[in-house]
Amino acid sequence: MTVNVLERAADAVTHASSPGAAITLRGVTKTFGTHRVLQGIDLTVEAGAFVAIVGRSGCGKSTLLRLLSDLDQPSTGNVVVDQRTKGWRDIVRLMFQEPRLLPWQRVAHNVEVGLSRAHTMRDRRRQAEDALAQVGLDGRGHHWPAVLSGGQKQRVALARALVSHPKLLLLDEPLGALDALTRIEMQDLVTNVWQDKGFTAIMVTHDVSEAVALADRILLLEDGKVALDIDVDLPRPRRHGDPSAARIEGRILDQLLRR
Amino acid sequence: MNRILPWLVPVLVLLAWQAGSQFGLIEANVLPAPSAVAAAGWHLARSGELWTNIEVSAARALVGFAIGGGIGFVLGMTNGLSSISDTLTDSTLQMLRNIPHLALIPLVILWFGIDEEAKIFLVALGVFFPIYVNTQHGVRSVDPHLLEMGRAYGMSEAALFLRVVLPGALPAIFVGLRYGLGIMWLTLIVAETISASSGIGYMAMNAREFMQVDVVVFSILVYAALGKLADSVARLLERTTLRWNPVYAKA
Repeated sequence: MTVNVLERAADAVTHASSPGAAITLRGVTKTFGTHRVLQGIDLTVEAGAFVAIVGRSGCGKSTLLRLLSDLDQPSTGNVVVDQRTKGWRDIVRLMFQEPRLLPWQRVAHNVEVGLSRAHTMRDRRRQAEDALAQVGLDGRGHHWPAVLSGGQKQRVALARALVSHPKLLLLDEPLGALDALTRIEMQDLVTNVWQDKGFTAIMVTHDVSEAVALADRILLLEDGKVALDIDVDLPRPRRHGDPSAARIEGRILDQLLRR
Repeated sequence: MNRILPWLVPVLVLLAWQAGSQFGLIEANVLPAPSAVAAAGWHLARSGELWTNIEVSAARALVGFAIGGGIGFVLGMTNGLSSISDTLTDSTLQMLRNIPHLALIPLVILWFGIDEEAKIFLVALGVFFPIYVNTQHGVRSVDPHLLEMGRAYGMSEAALFLRVVLPGALPAIFVGLRYGLGIMWLTLIVAETISASSGIGYMAMNAREFMQVDVVVFSILVYAALGKLADSVARLLERTTLRWNPVYAKA
C-alpha cells in the first residue's frame, strides 16, 4: 500500500512538467557524401502535437526522424528537443516499420527493453504489465513473440515504446506492414494512447489517408524541404471516409503527384 | 507404432547377423556373433578395463574440446564483432583450415611424442575450426535491425552483446558445437589408434594383436555410443536454450 503511494508520488514528480516535448529545428541540413538529403528545415512543433510527415521515398523523412531520435546529428543548423540541444535520447522512443522484437525474450521482457536498468526487477515487471494492458495485450507477457500475429507484435512494440513514458514518440511507418483492418485498429489505438498520455508524436508515412486520420498537422517533404504545411482541423474520433478528410487528402496528393 | 518402427531394421539386421554366425555363414575371425561381442563387453566391464579406458578417452576428448572450442568461440566472437581483428586474422585462419589436421600426426608425434599432449593438441585443432567458423557466421548474421533497435533504446554495449548478439548467434554456434563434437571423436579415434598406451583406441589395437575380434568390434560400438551420447547432450542443450524458436519448440 505504502509502496504504491510512493510509486505514484514518484510518477507524479517525473511527469510534473508537460508530458510532451516541444521541438524546434533551425536551418537543419544533412549531407551524406555529396548528396544533400535535408536542405534547410525550419520547424516548430508544440508540445503534445501529433504531426505526420509524408513524402515520396528518398525525400529525407527517415533522415529527419533519425535526427529527432538523437541517433544522428545534423550537418548544419540545430535541433532542440525539450529545450535540449543534445542528449535527449532518454525521452524519445522510436517505433519501426517492423516490430523488431527480440525473438528469444518473452513478450514482457521485450517490453522491459524500453526501461532503464535503474528500476528494480519487480518494478520493471509491473510497468511492463501496465504497458501491455494499455495496448490490449494483458496477460500475454509470458508468450514468445513467435506465437503472436503481426498486429499483436506491433502492439508489443508500441508497449515497449510507451513503457518509459516518453515525451516524444517517433513512428517510422509503423503500420505499413499490417493488413487493412488491423491497420485501422492500430490507428485507433495509437490515437487513444496519444490522447491519454499527451506526448508529442511524429509519424513518418507515405500513406496520406493515414496521415489525415491521425495527425493534427501534416508536413509534406519534397527534395529535403517542407513543401506543404497543413493543419488538420477535424474533430476526433475521426471516421474513415469523411468528406472533409478526403478534401485534405486530395490536396496533399495533388501536390505529391504534381497535378 | 511410430516409436517401434525405426527399430525394426536394426533388430532384423542384428538377428540376421546372429543367425549367420550361428550357422557358420560368417566366420568368427571376420565378424564375431553379437552375443560374442556382448560377452566380450561384459568381460571388459567386469574387469574394470572398460571404465578406465572410457575415462581416459573421455578426459582427452573433453580437455581437447574445451581448449579448441574455447579458443574458436572467443576468436569467432572477436572476428564477428571487430572488423580490424577480422581483417588481421581471418584469412590466415582460413588458410590453416585447409590443412587436414590429421595430416599433422607425424609432426605432432615428433613434437609431443605419444603422450597426452599429442592427442589433446589434435582434438583441440580439429574442434577449433567448426566452432570458429560457425560462431563468426552467427555473430555476423545477427539482424542489424535488432542492433539498431537496441542502440535506439539505450542499451549499453554489454547489454547489446548479452541480449542481442549472443542469443542471435546461438543457433549457428550450436551447429558448430555439434559438428565439432563429431570431429572430436573422429580425431580421438585416429590418434588413439595410431599412438596410445591407454584409451578405447588402444584397447582396440591391443585386441587386434591378440586376434580378439570381439573386443575390436566392441570398442567400435563404444565409440559409436559415446558419439551418440555427446550429440544427444548437445541437442538437449539446443532445445532448452532455443525454446523461443518455433523450429526447436516442437522437436
